[in-house]
Amino acid sequence: MDLYRDLILDHYKHPRNFGHLEKPDVVMEEGNVTCGDRIVIELLITRHASLITIRDIRFSGEGCAISQASASMLTEKVKGMSRKQVRKLSRIDIEEMLGTTLTPSRVKCATLPLEVLQKAMVSFNENYGQ
Amino acid sequence: MNDVRNDFPQLMRKINGKRLVYLDSTATSLKPRQVIAKEQEYYTTYCANVFRGIYTTSEEATAAFEQARTRVAHFIGASSSEEVVFTRNTTESINVVMNALSRTNLHGTEFVTTIMEHHSNFVPWQQLALGFGVPFRIWNIDAAGGLNIKDIEKLVTKKTKLLAVAAVSNVLGTINPVRHISHIVKRINPNCLVLVDAAQAVPHMKINVADWGADIVAFSSHKMLGPTGVGVLWARRALLEEFAPYQYGGEMIKEVHVDRTVFAGPPHKFEAGTPHIAGVIGLGAAVDYLQALGMDAIRKHEIEITRYALKALINLKGITIYGPSDAEDRGGVIAFTMKGAHAHDIAQLLDEDNVCIRAGHHCAMPLHEYLHISATARASFYVYTTKEDVDALILGLEKIRKIFA
Repeated sequence: MDLYRDLILDHYKHPRNFGHLEKPDVVMEEGNVTCGDRIVIELLITRHASLITIRDIRFSGEGCAISQASASMLTEKVKGMSRKQVRKLSRIDIEEMLGTTLTPSRVKCATLPLEVLQKAMVSFNENYGQ
Repeated sequence: MNDVRNDFPQLMRKINGKRLVYLDSTATSLKPRQVIAKEQEYYTTYCANVFRGIYTTSEEATAAFEQARTRVAHFIGASSSEEVVFTRNTTESINVVMNALSRTNLHGTEFVTTIMEHHSNFVPWQQLALGFGVPFRIWNIDAAGGLNIKDIEKLVTKKTKLLAVAAVSNVLGTINPVRHISHIVKRINPNCLVLVDAAQAVPHMKINVADWGADIVAFSSHKMLGPTGVGVLWARRALLEEFAPYQYGGEMIKEVHVDRTVFAGPPHKFEAGTPHIAGVIGLGAAVDYLQALGMDAIRKHEIEITRYALKALINLKGITIYGPSDAEDRGGVIAFTMKGAHAHDIAQLLDEDNVCIRAGHHCAMPLHEYLHISATARASFYVYTTKEDVDALILGLEKIRKIFA
């Protein structure tokens, strides 16, 4: 029962920041076709000169407990983070956040939300420049 | 089937003190010690290349290799062992045929396959049809998870080059009426080739290629208690004569000159390079093992286990089962979903009790798309599966249902 601890199940059954923003600055969607996981991330961004930070975040989608719980926990973790901080996040941070180490077959499920978020941040960068 | 478990060393293994419940034989079967010993015998007593050496061990290896071919031919009712080609797996067997056809003029032809195919009997024909810009028709399933024979009239025409169909679906378990299908296809178009993916049939039931009336049959050693890395392609002799070689190199030639090559006849024409000698010999031992158990007894055992499992699964809340409802109409494989729990979570939680099932699309994405599901959990059975194994699965699923409720 290491992976399916109460915390993960709680986030899976009651996802935080689930849904949509009224006027998101960025919307990014990615899926893992092999397992049918799909994550959509919507962001509201604040800019102060070169500092780009996440003001608000929502996620939606479907998938296994690991991908959905990871998305839910990630949205709580990254609110207020700068683009630079988000870029630095990696698998290790996701494992720390979930409180468990991931077996090779489940790494993709857990890191999919982070991948979508990082792509969303990059795309904001591309769209708006600095 | 009572004593067979003792023949499978892996079933004796314990992980974290708990026994192994192996319910993924559709992916690959476990291997009995008789097969492992036969492979080891080759490596330890007559390891030599085949068809080459004029010395005792090479002649022994060649004889054992060709005896395995004869055993396989006899096992599937082939009229000659020359119609049995050894490949790497079912996928390669199908690709040998696809490659041969791709080197003929296919303009003006059509291809037909079913929605329930494994990717290995879907993608080759899809790609071939796309490459030549010719129609690629799909035979869809009915609500019961079977193929409606009447649909053939709408799908197969005088132009159809090949119809590819699985004898048994690796997801739904559906047993397709291959004999009936071949008969109707040939009546519409005698020149239409019928290719049967028998990977989920040959290990589990008595089959006879002559009786099927198909032109080509493909299956794998590793799903029928044999070693991995060996596949079988059976085709009518005339077709094997006609088909272009798959690969060029050693073992597949008669004469090579600077300006031309004369290829060997079938089956060696399709077996370029040193084959998986130990694997083929091991497959021969697997055939012996299956025949000693008796294919009818194996089928009977699997029907019994499948019926038991279907009944238990139906009684579980929130479970949806795919495929035919009667165990007699399906192979020993059951794909299902559980409300509120993703297949990957089910598989992972079952693994905590060493219950091994498969989760995902089982290399049948078109079928899953057709059914509007992203993934299913799949339990499958074989000669060594017991009702206790099924009980362990059900117990695990009950636990999972409570977790996700």
